[in-house]
Amino acid sequence: MENLAAAPEQPIETASIDDAVSFLKSNHPDAIKLDDRDGYEGVIVDPDQLLDVARVIRDELGFDYLSSATAVDYLGEGDHMEMVYHAYRTSGGGALVFKAQTDRENPTIPSLTGLWRGADFQEREAWDLYGIRFPGHPNLKRILMWEGFHGHPMRKDWREAYYEEELKPFDSRWPGGHVHRSEEKNVFGKNVSYPTDIDLNRLMDSSETAVYESLGLGVDVERIMDKDGFETNELVVNMGPHHPSTHGVFRMLLTVDGETVTSLEPVMGYLHRNHEKIGERNTYLHNIPFTDRLDYISSMGNNHGYVLAVEQLMSLGRKYNPPTYRCEALRVMMVELSRIVNHLWAIGFWLNDIGAFFTPVLYFIQERERILDFFEAVAGSRMMCNYMRFGGLFGDLPERIKSVANLTNDRVRDYNTMQFLTEMINERIPRTIDELELLLTQNEIVLERSVDVGVLSAEDAINYSAAGPLLRGSGVAYDIRRADPYSIYPELDFDVAVEEEGDMYARYRVRVTELRESVRILRQILPRLEATKDESIWADGKPGAYQPRVPHGEAYGRVENGKGELGYYLVSAGGRGGSSNPWRYHVRAPSFINLTPLGRMSQGYKVADIVGILGSIDIVLGETDR
Amino acid sequence: MYGTGLAKGLLLTLRHFVESYMDDLRYGFRKYHHSTDNFGIRQGTKTKGVITVQYPDEKVAVPERFRFVPFLIVEDEDHPTRAGKDWCTSCGICAKVCPPQCIWIVRGNDPVTGRPVPEPEAFFIDIDICMNCGYCAEYCPFDAIKMDHDYELASYDRTSHHIHDKERLSKPNSYWRSIAPTRAYDEMLVRGTWEHKDAAKEARRGASSARARSSQPAAQAPAATVTAAAPAAEATPESSAAAAPSSAAESPTPWSEDEAKREERRRKALERKARRAAKQG
Repeated sequence: MENLAAAPEQPIETASIDDAVSFLKSNHPDAIKLDDRDGYEGVIVDPDQLLDVARVIRDELGFDYLSSATAVDYLGEGDHMEMVYHAYRTSGGGALVFKAQTDRENPTIPSLTGLWRGADFQEREAWDLYGIRFPGHPNLKRILMWEGFHGHPMRKDWREAYYEEELKPFDSRWPGGHVHRSEEKNVFGKNVSYPTDIDLNRLMDSSETAVYESLGLGVDVERIMDKDGFETNELVVNMGPHHPSTHGVFRMLLTVDGETVTSLEPVMGYLHRNHEKIGERNTYLHNIPFTDRLDYISSMGNNHGYVLAVEQLMSLGRKYNPPTYRCEALRVMMVELSRIVNHLWAIGFWLNDIGAFFTPVLYFIQERERILDFFEAVAGSRMMCNYMRFGGLFGDLPERIKSVANLTNDRVRDYNTMQFLTEMINERIPRTIDELELLLTQNEIVLERSVDVGVLSAEDAINYSAAGPLLRGSGVAYDIRRADPYSIYPELDFDVAVEEEGDMYARYRVRVTELRESVRILRQILPRLEATKDESIWADGKPGAYQPRVPHGEAYGRVENGKGELGYYLVSAGGRGGSSNPWRYHVRAPSFINLTPLGRMSQGYKVADIVGILGSIDIVLGETDR
Repeated sequence: MYGTGLAKGLLLTLRHFVESYMDDLRYGFRKYHHSTDNFGIRQGTKTKGVITVQYPDEKVAVPERFRFVPFLIVEDEDHPTRAGKDWCTSCGICAKVCPPQCIWIVRGNDPVTGRPVPEPEAFFIDIDICMNCGYCAEYCPFDAIKMDHDYELASYDRTSHHIHDKERLSKPNSYWRSIAPTRAYDEMLVRGTWEHKDAAKEARRGASSARARSSQPAAQAPAATVTAAAPAAEATPESSAAAAPSSAAESPTPWSEDEAKREERRRKALERKARRAAKQG
């Protein structure tokens, strides 16, 4: 106690989370309520005073980075809607979680876009999927579904087509599992609903109008496009959704003045499959292979974030053993290998975008092929790894990477696993990175295309909730592996890559440095694997149950994935015994949120640069659209 | 000097170009010959140059853990006591643990008593829905469902070909041992026998009762008499038929591995088993 009293009073911007919460509580006693639900953390803020409190949190308490903003529908669990915000300090440390509750009938919560532009897409998503209105939002329209879509699909009482049961596993599968095809059932059955005032004969898609309106074009697209309209200098150009440079089905709506872009509006959702709704029907275990399909370039990282979140929840229970050291070492190794895969891919395709068509990318993905061979031998699949489990892994490293000839395959390989890894990590991957640098870093064409193009300042990067190489390329040394460490990263020796310029070239340099740092981490992992040879990969010494029950509570597990901060927000509802299916399963997708500053970054550059700027963000549509 | 970086990069491209022909010089046309050694080198960590695989003329052998649409294990046709019998007991765990819910099982019932019997009456997998995650194989307590290596499932009509029924799904036990000998061996260690859990139980029971009746030496484990000449093995290339475990008694390890390591694995597996038994009470 004496020590505490003697300690100099810490400035509130760097105080601990608990101190920050009590500061809030004392300054806004009537607006703040501690969240005392079982297994929950943070504070509940009165929506009327949310803006004031959020401003204090950002400016006085120093939580300048809004990582995640998402909604939860507590139908039957209190019957209210809730927005959950996770704010962090870019200097490091844990989250200040604050929430605002509203009723389900007419949900309204003031928009935080004035404080954090990074809330823009996330609030639009909450409006789209939950129907929460955000007064003050500059452009509140649907983002993943299309305008004119009826209903808000993430609400608990919304049912999809082919709806079968609320939760998996479905009863129809066993013991009386008579097979049927859902699609052969009547598609116009009871699952299809229309707005009451709709006239099917006069059905018109209003999504295009809404998109053009948001660009301030005063709508009437026809008028702009007709003869008279061309007298203005502005021209609307649609890039995508089917365009090779968009890395998938992504669309950018540009207004151009000559060749110069005056504004850009990203349009997405073409690959939307309501991953989160599927995730809430699934059991906890079911979700692991589904996370592979988010950022399908680095599925190991996706697995890692999700199992971390579930393990956080499980640690609330009585019987919980943390993962063994060998398990953690293997996880880190896999994640770093997939970071290498991701960055090789990102740099390669960025070069495609700026015109070096496929020569560099093919040199890089030769190494990727071998890493994927390794994933295939260890996890069973090259890209959809599905490798991590709660408290463990699918399997330990096999002794040999070995294929046997059989009916379908006639070519045999047989390598010692550790020898293969050692050669990859000590020779092949570093050699490829050297080649990559020789080919590109001083290449005059790359320099001219990328230096001072797509500039994003450090303040903007933080305010727009940019993450990963996009954030670090703007001079913000924020890497979750260091800022809010997880797994065995604290004991590993590596540096956070950071570049000050904030342009495309800086992002490229960050990725190259991260490639080298990943190799550095992998070199430290190898002796750790040798040392833990006899250790079990399972926390409990045996494989986990196939239907684990997860204690009541909430958790936000986040990892530094190749593309940026990947977070999973989970809520486990149900009785005190916990649940076998998540009540809320939210993915804070870096590819999605990193698109928020795209419009800002593109203003004033040429149309040909837009392709490169998008490539330098490094998105994957499986994760953007979810 | 302006252009130096460009020139260096072009030299690298030239080196890659030359290296891609070095392989041709090294192997000549043997590169495309069906020699497994060449292929292992080309795909290995030492090689430089082209690593392309000329599918479908050549195919990369998939590793043992590779997973594609599942299949069901049935006992080999020449098994002395359980020929053609399913390993599946229709317990339904695979159907419950399946993330996209693509498995449908009709539990078997005894036609006379109406009580459930440990054998599925029908088993369907919709391979259009299957996401190849491998959970069914991972969590099956009887090692009865396994992930296949046969990835060439294209067909002209998805409505008639893509729901696999029990007949289409069933493959003999010897097939599994031929595509994944190491894993089959590890599973054997955990089970304690090459036989199905139930079969081993029956054999033990049968043996003890037989001893009690006539004290004649019981045919101990039928395991010892399993042979590898199963129907499915006919189509298998020579090499793999040789690699497949021929008989539990003669050679429990079908591949070369030194004795100490094998002992170590056995010890670990037994430890795991003991731990599990202790846990269950």
